Amino acid sequence: MESRRQIGERVRRTEDARLLTGRALFVDDVRLDGMLHVAFLRSQHAHARLTGMDATAARARPGVVAVYTAADLGDYWRPGPLLVPPPPIAGLVFNACTQVPLAKEKLRHVGEPIAMVVAESRYLAEDALDDIVVEAEPLPAVVDLEAALAKGAPRVHEHLPSNVAAHAVQRKGDYARAKQRAHTVIKRRFRYDRGASAAIENRAVAAQWDPRAEELTVWDTTQAPIPIRNGLAQLLGLLESQVRVVAPFVGGGFGPKIMMYYPEEVLVPWAAMKLGRPVKWTEDRQENFFATTQERGQIHDAEITLDQSGKILGVRDVFLHDTGAYDPYGLTVPINSQCTLLGPYEIPNYESEFTAVFTNKTIVTPVRGAGRQHGVFVIERLLDFAAKELGIDRAEIRRRNLLRRDQFPFNNEILFQDSAPLTYDSGDYEPALDQALELIDYHRFVREEQPRLRAAGRHVGIGIVCYVEGTGIGPYEGARVTVEPGGRVRLATGVGTQGQGHFTAFAQIVAEVLGVDVADVHVITGDTREFHWGTGTFASRGAVVAGSACQAAALRVREKILELASQELEASKADLVLAGGSVHVRGDPSAGITLGALAVKANPLRGAVRPGTEPGLEATAYFGPDRGSTASGVHAMLVEVR
Amino acid sequence: MVTVNGARYERTVEPRLLLSDFLRNELGLTGTHVGCEHGVCGACTVLLDGEAVRSCLMFAVQADGHAVTTVEGLTDGGGGPLHPLQAAFHEAHGLQCGFCTPGILMTLVPFLRDHPHPDEREIREALSGNLCRCTGYQNIVAAVRLASDGIPTPDR
Ligand code: FES
Ligand code: FES
Repeated sequence: MESRRQIGERVRRTEDARLLTGRALFVDDVRLDGMLHVAFLRSQHAHARLTGMDATAARARPGVVAVYTAADLGDYWRPGPLLVPPPPIAGLVFNACTQVPLAKEKLRHVGEPIAMVVAESRYLAEDALDDIVVEAEPLPAVVDLEAALAKGAPRVHEHLPSNVAAHAVQRKGDYARAKQRAHTVIKRRFRYDRGASAAIENRAVAAQWDPRAEELTVWDTTQAPIPIRNGLAQLLGLLESQVRVVAPFVGGGFGPKIMMYYPEEVLVPWAAMKLGRPVKWTEDRQENFFATTQERGQIHDAEITLDQSGKILGVRDVFLHDTGAYDPYGLTVPINSQCTLLGPYEIPNYESEFTAVFTNKTIVTPVRGAGRQHGVFVIERLLDFAAKELGIDRAEIRRRNLLRRDQFPFNNEILFQDSAPLTYDSGDYEPALDQALELIDYHRFVREEQPRLRAAGRHVGIGIVCYVEGTGIGPYEGARVTVEPGGRVRLATGVGTQGQGHFTAFAQIVAEVLGVDVADVHVITGDTREFHWGTGTFASRGAVVAGSACQAAALRVREKILELASQELEASKADLVLAGGSVHVRGDPSAGITLGALAVKANPLRGAVRPGTEPGLEATAYFGPDRGSTASGVHAMLVEVR
Repeated sequence: MVTVNGARYERTVEPRLLLSDFLRNELGLTGTHVGCEHGVCGACTVLLDGEAVRSCLMFAVQADGHAVTTVEGLTDGGGGPLHPLQAAFHEAHGLQCGFCTPGILMTLVPFLRDHPHPDEREIREALSGNLCRCTGYQNIVAAVRLASDGIPTPDR
């Protein structure tokens, strides 16, 4: 029997049984003896000066255990870290203003937490919110991006001279010269509205301090349990190994669950330690709409110049980016917009300038696409306008500008959000365009169908979009693979899961390398006690980075298996086959040895582990890419407007 | 007194306690999820005397004397074999993060009882009160078709 292919096969997901039957653990399902519950008092003002607060009545309410304001936090009160320092772009202006755990003197957006109530039940905690008296003097709010930059606009952060959070220019070639040669110049303004990703599971944090073991356990709906652990350990003065962060099943991430650190994430574990009782907070949907980070708001003034044949000579884009009240995520979002605008096209001259703007709105961090889609929107709209103006078919104008297969790796000469040059590793874009056009029967539709429909009074339009997506960025992920004595394989990796199917996809990779069944690979993700090196689930990097680490670890275990089996079966490693959970000599599947039996032999009760060898069939490996990998795609659709 | 998944429970609760909180916190039946607590998302859907209701829009006391079925009840407390609808969701990749799934299953169980062979429009109509932020619904519809007519939707 030869080993069966597992990657690329249609398999059923191994995580589904737990999810379908209600057995899967989500953070809000955590319930512990003596658990206390939290509600937050939040700003009702977009912008206000906080002049006074009185929590006496709340503290006196039966069932209330504690009420904390900024003043009660003492030294623990400090602004959050700057998560992603901006890339070294020449001439960059960047003002870091990160979120605070509880507002002190000023309220900067609706939903900003002001006080934390800890009570015997969530109902009681919410009752007590009404007892807290807040004195606030409302200030004019900064909402509109352009008005935010006007002279004399109210300032979100008064220590700064204006609401400019950042200003950056990136250039490739010489746009001004390209424009002199242009046959056609098209200039348009594009607005992209703000939105919320609204995962169906709201955020939640539960924490328990075990004074005997001196260990803190935190359950968190985060996309990045390991960085959360490391950060909490530092904040709380604990060893990293004293903090265990578990991101169990998470009901959708979409980016906002990788914001670090939300005020609630910092306060709930602190309160659990202070009070010596388990504490849990679960966001409600209303809180989710203003306390969970958002994205999208940008205004682009973009210009494209082309020659007569529709070849792009250059693009210039000036845009405003709404970063909300704070900017803990640095410039990830606007730089993604800036870089992704270049798309799959050869754009020899590019000038892109953006200003990130503080506003009195919810904090902006990456959400589904992390700014990339804004760039795609701008270039694709420009190409549609250009096609119309030049009388070229819209699919054709795209085809004429696509990078060719022989142009890779392709250096775009500007910096990407991970500070590496924006270089596309590989690509072949035309076949995808052809396939998409075929799927909507584009040419026939344009020739026959659309005029017929139009004559009948129906308005059916076409959308075609080509894009590239920088994915799979570093720094690294790791995995540990262990063959257990029973023959099943255990795989632990640091990334958490929010619905991507990691349990199955990672199992497929390991199953294929070791010749076992997918169902026999038991996967553990997102628990720092199981694996504590890595970063998290974001930027479409799980399969690329963590998946490669799973493969590397499995290959090492495979090597150990072959080494041991070659001794046991008295055969050369080259003649051995791993399949069906056993190892056998090629051509003789009857005389084999199971992986379980080998695992037992690899961990004997007597007899020393020889120098240079390790017990067990286990290995840990890491994968760190030099730079992100470039995915690409084409969307095509017919849309009727009625 | 309320019967949940066939077992009788007698409890004294505050009148304001939501049925969803009662099931999750008092009975530990955490398979019923809460996504909005105001009747929009459908994640909290359970059966009350066999009909789908939103447990976040009911007080626990209103269930007095009634029979409630939660997602755990589809598999005898979560340990039994999958209900055919659950098996179809598994087969057709009808879930991603799975947070919306219990509510969707509990919406569809009575729907399929009353409409054993729904067409796609009817399926989408039946799902219109449940939000799923991951799947885009395509494979949920495919799972329902598989469960009702045994028709696998070809892989796209
Ligand atoms: S939680 Fe009940 S409908 Fe959303
Ligand atoms: S599967 Fe995630 S919300 Fe439906």
